[in-house]
Amino acid sequence: MSKRIEFKNHQREIYHFQLRLFFGIGFVLVLLVILLSRFIYLQGVRHSYYQTLSESNRIAVIPVVPNRGLIVDRNGVVLARNYSGYTLEIDPKKTANYKATINNLAKLINITSKDRRLFKKQLAESHNFETLVIRSHLSDVEVARFAAQEYRFPGVEIKARLFRDYPYGEKTSHMIGYIGRINDDDVNQLEQSGQLANYRGSDYIGKTGLEQSYESDLHGTTGIEQVEVDANGRAVRVLSRTDPVPGNTLVLSIDIKLQEIVEKAFGKYRGALVAIDPSNGEVLAFVSKPGYDPNLFIDGIDPQSWDELNNSPDVPLTNRAIRGQYPSGSTIKPFMALAGLYYHIRTPEQTIKDTGVYYLPGSSRQYRDWKVGGHGMVNMFKAIQVSCDTYFYGLANDMGIDDIDNYLSRFGFGQKTGIDLEGEASGLLPSREWKMKRYNQIWYPGDTVSVGIGQGYSLFTPMQMAFATATLANDGVAYQPHLVKEVKSPISSENRAIGKGPLYDLNIDPKALDLVRRAMIAVTHPGGTAVYANLGTPYQIAAKTGTAQVIAMKQGEKYVAKDVSERNRDHAWYIAYAPADKPRIALAVLVENGGHGGDTAAPIARKAFDYYLLGKEPRHFVPADVKEPKPQAPAVAKVPKPAASAVKPLPPTTPTDLKEPKPQAPAVAKAPKQAASAVRPLPKPTAPVDAKKPKPQAPAVTKVPKPAASAVKPLPKPLAPADAQEPKSLAPTGVKEEGDHE
Amino acid sequence: MNKRQLWQRLFAHIDRQLLLGITMLLLTSLLVLYSADNASWDRPLGQMRNIVVALACMWFVAKLPLHYLMRTAVPIYVFGMILLICVALFGEISHGARRWLNLGVMTIQPSELMKIGVPMMMAWYFERHEATLTLKNYFIAALLLLLPIMLIARQPDLGTSLLIFASGFYVLFLAGLSWRVMGVLLIAGIASAPVMWSMLHEYQRHRIMMLFDPSQDALGNGYHTIQASIAVGSGGILGKGYLNGTQTHLDFLPERTTDFIFAVYSEEFGLIGNMILLSLYAFVIWRGFIITSQASTYFTRLMAGSITLTFATYAFVNMAMVSGILPVVGVPLPLISYGGTSMLTLLLGFGMLMSIETHKKLVKS
Repeated sequence: MSKRIEFKNHQREIYHFQLRLFFGIGFVLVLLVILLSRFIYLQGVRHSYYQTLSESNRIAVIPVVPNRGLIVDRNGVVLARNYSGYTLEIDPKKTANYKATINNLAKLINITSKDRRLFKKQLAESHNFETLVIRSHLSDVEVARFAAQEYRFPGVEIKARLFRDYPYGEKTSHMIGYIGRINDDDVNQLEQSGQLANYRGSDYIGKTGLEQSYESDLHGTTGIEQVEVDANGRAVRVLSRTDPVPGNTLVLSIDIKLQEIVEKAFGKYRGALVAIDPSNGEVLAFVSKPGYDPNLFIDGIDPQSWDELNNSPDVPLTNRAIRGQYPSGSTIKPFMALAGLYYHIRTPEQTIKDTGVYYLPGSSRQYRDWKVGGHGMVNMFKAIQVSCDTYFYGLANDMGIDDIDNYLSRFGFGQKTGIDLEGEASGLLPSREWKMKRYNQIWYPGDTVSVGIGQGYSLFTPMQMAFATATLANDGVAYQPHLVKEVKSPISSENRAIGKGPLYDLNIDPKALDLVRRAMIAVTHPGGTAVYANLGTPYQIAAKTGTAQVIAMKQGEKYVAKDVSERNRDHAWYIAYAPADKPRIALAVLVENGGHGGDTAAPIARKAFDYYLLGKEPRHFVPADVKEPKPQAPAVAKVPKPAASAVKPLPPTTPTDLKEPKPQAPAVAKAPKQAASAVRPLPKPTAPVDAKKPKPQAPAVTKVPKPAASAVKPLPKPLAPADAQEPKSLAPTGVKEEGDHE
Repeated sequence: MNKRQLWQRLFAHIDRQLLLGITMLLLTSLLVLYSADNASWDRPLGQMRNIVVALACMWFVAKLPLHYLMRTAVPIYVFGMILLICVALFGEISHGARRWLNLGVMTIQPSELMKIGVPMMMAWYFERHEATLTLKNYFIAALLLLLPIMLIARQPDLGTSLLIFASGFYVLFLAGLSWRVMGVLLIAGIASAPVMWSMLHEYQRHRIMMLFDPSQDALGNGYHTIQASIAVGSGGILGKGYLNGTQTHLDFLPERTTDFIFAVYSEEFGLIGNMILLSLYAFVIWRGFIITSQASTYFTRLMAGSITLTFATYAFVNMAMVSGILPVVGVPLPLISYGGTSMLTLLLGFGMLMSIETHKKLVKS
């Protein structure tokens, strides 16, 4: 029985078990169906979606940054170039502890606190997953040392990058400018102009000078490489590639040797010179003294150098040639004479008797001539030759401000010349409307009198003066001044000339032109105001000197240079062209606090003429201390020290720092406001006229406060110079300014 | 003894069909490993060594008569429990979990042993009380199951503890645990879910959360799931071709030779390949069910059923995890993923199946 029950149990038990087993099998079948339907969904229904994801996983589009275009002078001398150097870079994705990594690296390779700061800044700013530079310009020895230890530093690698270099440094700083790291503002601008895509992968962009104004030419077109990447972003193989188009070469109309000669001729003076070929507008020399070393800015300037530059009373960062605005002084007189002839206010023969003082009709206010006692009987020719103030007081007053404005504006006074640089100031050609708007005052005849000799409210840039001089030299046919002669493609032989035909012809009466020319030639001959600097030239120079007052003299007070602190001394002006009969070069020179134009400014022009027209170099002239980018002298040393014995914290903006024209004291009392507003403190040297364009340098300090490695230590030699043209290393004359007084 | 006799002797206790299915899967493993290891022989050779060792063990176990098998149940279980306690006390911590025991010569993972030990112990227990099964017996069997699981879960090793739970549960299920009790337990389980949730480790919660939205954490925890889904999905119907899987060979897939090897296979062989693989698994599982249904004793029936269902569960959980319908729990793809321990455990299980199949007549007679 029990056996039976057990057997029965056994059967029942097997039955139950089989039943459960069927459930188990059913369960497994359900699982199978779930899997199968999931596979069909993923691999059938959603295949193309996942296919796309897989492809985008696999393929990365990598920008190939084009080489930046070179900048060469008219003779092909390289002024801005690229060279490749090794950098040590850290991949943020593969580095967990930056500090430890960098500390370990520092045991191997010299990493300064500045490098660290720069790295931190990059880390904060980096938008993408690019590697970040911890040290640039590694020497061969350092590269070798790291390579041997590389296995210890996952995520750290040596890369070759192109660096920008300005071999002429300070000498070309205001013209060529510099490039710097792309910051948020740049990104916004690029975005607005639709250029951002072309800057993928680019680190640098032109910040000032030609580097800025020809950015689109210099940058080139970024290429694209489609690469297969692994999960770590490492490129496995290239699938397709569109080569980048390198940036175009800028061929400047500048003659760098002329530029250097002029630079040197300035000696310790501050100032500006712009020389133009009057027949086509090509700028031959473009000098603003002092300059700065643009190489300091490329990777961000270190705070010390920045402070030195920014706080220097010499304002080396201000481009005086286009942003410095000064009263023209007597250099306006030839143009005033032309205006007088044009409006028939004077005939060439008409003479006045100059007693040394001019009175407005019905007024007892004195307008003094620069020469006590006057020049005696003066006609137009003599008035220009001896720079007779009294003659032009009367002429201006008779002509009236409206006609003066009308005529002078034809020569471009008070307007931007349109030179191919950003940030040009427009100067100021004062008018009734302007004064009303600016000061809410009517125009007084006294104002006109001042304008007649280039004082009063009028302010012009050296660039404007040079342009007007070139137009005058070219018999009234104006050409657009430009620094870049042509834009050359490095791959095709395509050239784009920048110069255009004449802008306009003023149709000046040839007789009037002839009179002014002869008078300006007489300026450089005995009896003129610029004789000594021009003795013994085999060519004729037509010129006009000028003196722009920095501080006002009281009525009856006499200006004695030695009694006035250096920075309050008069600015010296000189405009000239040569050869006078067939001008090849026209220029305007401004020497800040240089006194009389004939003494300080004219000798500079003479050297420029001698070189340009005769190929004659000044004695003791050592051309160029062109630095190899290799063992670069400590960059810091290049920062010019504030020149003149730290005179005083006088607002360094000498450009606008002008008060009243020297001969007429009353103006001081009349226009105190102008004086006050003109003496704006630093950051905006041109505040009254051109406030909207922010200073080119100030932003740099906030954006690139981190010092570049290169700022402190000598640059290691470039490992593979990018440029074929290696300027020969010449005996560096160093940065020290050498006394060059005439 | 001629060659033929030797051959017969060698395969005397080997189930041909089961061996066929297993061999096919093992060959697939070598094939896929070669690709997953970027066309290197490193992993395939290592796996071959694992396979040889595991096959030898299987062969040995298959020869063991059933009463030997049953006799080992208690010692294995007790030994496993001791090891688990040792792990809890002196185990080595790796990846934030205390799973390994360093024996000086080698490190072992005792939880693997329990994958066999637990169902054996439970089956042994049911066999002992075969005639008089009451609810109390089920309760005790459940205790035998839950004790090691708790130890494993707090290592923490959620994947293994769930799988052991599954193998033990299958024993309970096949032993006839009443539906009513299961229903009550299920409801109790759901009710206690919030409590369980709070007991889970942060990373475990993360993994479960990620299941619902892997894109939430695409570069962190969701990365594995997303990349695996991309690999499977981009494989399409026919696959990208052997050694041509971009997800695999460009390093996008994590754990390519172990937990995520199915993504490698699926990317390169596509839906067709997946169906073939499912068929191979189904074949092995089917054979396991046949063996189960023909098993002669209670112990062997329960064991065979549990081994077969657990094997199916392993395969399902891994493939479901890789294709994104289950959270990422560390479960290898049975017989395919690289790894000596799991290979050994699995083939020991198959050895038992073979023993059960080939010794059944001996017992009956």
